[in-house]
Amino acid sequence: MKVAVIQFPGSNCDTDCQAALLSFPGVQAETVWHKETSLAGYDAVVLPGGFSYGDYLRCGSIARFSPIMGAVRAAADAGVLVLGICNGFQILCEAGLLPGTLMRNNGLLFRCEHLHLRVENTDTPFTSVLHQGQVLDIPIAHGEGNYFAEPETLKALQANNQILVRYCDASGNVTAEANPNGSLKNIAGICSHGRNVFGLMPHPERVCDQMLGGVDGRGIFQSMIEAVTKAKA
Amino acid sequence: MSNPAITPELIAKHGLSPEEYEKVLSILGREPSFEELGVFSVMWSEHCSYKNSRPELRKFPTTGPSVLVKAGEENAGVIDIGDGWAVAFKIESHNHPSAVEPFQGAATGVGGIIRDIFTMGARPVFLMDSLRFGSIVGDSEQAKTNRRLFAGVVAGIAHYGNCIGLPTIAGEVYFDESYSGNPLVNAFCLGILRHDQIARGAAEGIGNPVFYVGAETGRDGLAGAAFASRELTEESKADRPAVQVGDPFREKLLLEACLELLATDAVAGIQDMGAAGLTCSTCETASRGGTGVEIDIQLVPQRAKGQTPYEVLLSESQERMLVIVKKGREDVVKRIFEKWDLPYAEIGKVTDDGMMRVRNGNDVVVNVPARSLADDGPLYSREAATFTSPAAPDLTTVPQANPETSLPKLLAHPSIASKRWVWRQYDHMVRTGTAVLPGSDAAVFIVREANKILAAATDCNAIYCKLDPGVGARIAVAECARNLACSGAVPIGVTDNLNFGNPHKPENFYQLRAAVEGISEGCRAFGVPVTGGNVSLYNESPAGAIDPTPTISMVGTIADAAHITTQAFKEAGDQIFLIGETGSELGASHYLLAIHGRKEGAPPAMDFAKEIAIHNALLGVIRKGLVRSAHDCSEGGLGVAIAESCFGNSLGASIDFGATDQRPDVVLFNETQGRIVISVKSADASALEKELSTTGVPFRNIGEVTDKADLSIKTGANSYSWSVSSLNEIFEVAIPKLMEG
Repeated sequence: MKVAVIQFPGSNCDTDCQAALLSFPGVQAETVWHKETSLAGYDAVVLPGGFSYGDYLRCGSIARFSPIMGAVRAAADAGVLVLGICNGFQILCEAGLLPGTLMRNNGLLFRCEHLHLRVENTDTPFTSVLHQGQVLDIPIAHGEGNYFAEPETLKALQANNQILVRYCDASGNVTAEANPNGSLKNIAGICSHGRNVFGLMPHPERVCDQMLGGVDGRGIFQSMIEAVTKAKA
Repeated sequence: MSNPAITPELIAKHGLSPEEYEKVLSILGREPSFEELGVFSVMWSEHCSYKNSRPELRKFPTTGPSVLVKAGEENAGVIDIGDGWAVAFKIESHNHPSAVEPFQGAATGVGGIIRDIFTMGARPVFLMDSLRFGSIVGDSEQAKTNRRLFAGVVAGIAHYGNCIGLPTIAGEVYFDESYSGNPLVNAFCLGILRHDQIARGAAEGIGNPVFYVGAETGRDGLAGAAFASRELTEESKADRPAVQVGDPFREKLLLEACLELLATDAVAGIQDMGAAGLTCSTCETASRGGTGVEIDIQLVPQRAKGQTPYEVLLSESQERMLVIVKKGREDVVKRIFEKWDLPYAEIGKVTDDGMMRVRNGNDVVVNVPARSLADDGPLYSREAATFTSPAAPDLTTVPQANPETSLPKLLAHPSIASKRWVWRQYDHMVRTGTAVLPGSDAAVFIVREANKILAAATDCNAIYCKLDPGVGARIAVAECARNLACSGAVPIGVTDNLNFGNPHKPENFYQLRAAVEGISEGCRAFGVPVTGGNVSLYNESPAGAIDPTPTISMVGTIADAAHITTQAFKEAGDQIFLIGETGSELGASHYLLAIHGRKEGAPPAMDFAKEIAIHNALLGVIRKGLVRSAHDCSEGGLGVAIAESCFGNSLGASIDFGATDQRPDVVLFNETQGRIVISVKSADASALEKELSTTGVPFRNIGEVTDKADLSIKTGANSYSWSVSSLNEIFEVAIPKLMEG
């Protein structure tokens, strides 16, 4: 599998994502500068975390105009897997590739910490190796991760099982106390209607090595690898 | 706009003494221009010239087989870590700017230290911070101000570090009245590089073009270095324009562009524009290169129209660098800086006449020997007051407080309480190398590209330093080394931030001198060089000088990932040992301060030979795989240390100190140095005892880790117990409650 990790000016989890991907056998991961206009030859695309354009104006709102975004949109339309992590999720929402928006954390402060996510749907290319209700320990690091969507949008997300991970406690209970940022329905990550675009605020690439606090992030990348492999077979 | 005439008032306003002005006249052989007066003013300020501290700083040990770039030679020292890899690290203060504008003051402090590191050709990999504020407890106006400063500084550090994508992995925060009105913000950055990547800040190669790269120059931070070299007064708020405004996004681009540029063969020299901006970078590069530099102000990218040459020269606008490019390679700069959408301009060239020459079009506004600015500044040996070491406190005057109520009070003291509220605001995991998260004795970071494990800690107990500066400084070095040993690391180098009051006052100058001597002694004892650092004097508010605060940051390496050790107890049944002996040293303790409201007495003694033997013994048993947790005893003594070890994995402990004729409060809370609480698998306990016996260091089994809900401690005939979860709650909520109500 060959993965493109997009480098926007201000991306800062690009090399972390690349390193996490490269820890899987048979995966090639390359950084692609945002001024490029083609993603031909890549099996999957990752929009990494960071502060693209310094988060000026609004998180992700300038990056959506980067030249590469035309190719990202075309790839998404063609069914290529697109994963947006943290700022990448914000960019996908700003670009309209995912519904809803990410507002300032309700506590107003930036929060970086390990917390728990409950897997809500395993019937996607990003969660297929996980099991329903599985509790993952994956850290967050954001100031604007408060997911919001209009009631109709939320209803559609629920009806179509597009909510893939929600904040929960260590036992998997989705509670108000387990919600770090005020997200609607404790939403931590959602996928597109077609299932091939996934955005989440937590950082799976930070938990791909036991030395660095766990391996609970690997399942998401492993699922992507299996989906691509299956599609190619 | 015409320049003002040079009058005695104008000279005084520039902070130059009549003697210093005489020196300027003799160097120039004429009256300086207005611009030249400004240039001398900032370059000869304490912040840039170290005129009051340099003779003292020469006492530091700065050499050693691993030193690749020595202290004072460049922007930061560089230390070999093996296999062709090296680290560049340094700590720097941004105290005065943070006092008047906490968010931007702290943010630009972080930005400045990061530039110092990538100027060396190193890829910055992590940050630490050492912070001091006045008390944040209570409803007084001062407490409210202190809370505002604390919140602003933490947010500023978070803003800059998080955005640029560097993890802030360790640090320290203390609260004490002496910092009311004059908080301390010391920021540390470490970067990694290969030996052949070391970049120099010298203007080499006559005729080479001089490039300005990075953000446009504006009017912010005008003469900030001179501002930082004055006492803070009621009027300091008017100095807000002397505080710079940071843009971490620009710095992220500048960092990547500069590292990309340095990876080519096009650079002859590089220097960041920090304190004293364009002025400092031009005369320092010329002085280091033994050359001259000539620039034209009109070619400098500028944010605002109509800025005078004086303003452009003295601006401390952030995110700017000076690059000396090899002639003929100008296209490389153009290609890289256009890729990153950053301003760049060729503003001058390297000359052979040793002069710093600044033109404004056809007019020469500055024409000064570069060396006279950078290296020939005035030097003063100030008068040091005589000092008598305080006696140990008279215990008969200290009522025995009940340990059962004292321990929770100590854990809730903001200086001891959990700093989660602080580091949760910092991205401490980006760059995926943080192996030990903040909150343990030292942070541990794995540098993937170099396959090296680094540990870092920063320490300074300023109460000790206030009561006996020499002893306090010795302890700061030892405590850093002890924190590293507890994480499994061996120290490789030190950077220090000397925060003191006005050096013209003999008691302050004594503190500075004694602290430098104490640090030097400590570094010699541990065999580590001082690789650089920063001096911040004039830390005074109208209420007086701060407690002397010589912050020590120490970096170490861990040979094997299996040696990484943390402070939390791991499993019920594990045996708990105390390495080191407990004395009766209640002086300068947090127990006296927090429970009895007394900041007095002699600080604990520091015996380096004993301390080093203990670190070596600990490292020996860590390397043998016998140690499951290690935590040193610092503020709050054994009681606080054991409670903290219980918290990480919510375990209990049953402790018995055995027969003693000492008071329980002395046993639990005195701060005798060189003590480490470790835990070991029950099955390994005898092997551990056997190993430690051969080292000759004192140690004993004091109890075991339990799965019970309580921490129980027996000393002599007295027993005490606490619920671990309530202690943990008290420890965790103390700061959030004060900050958020």
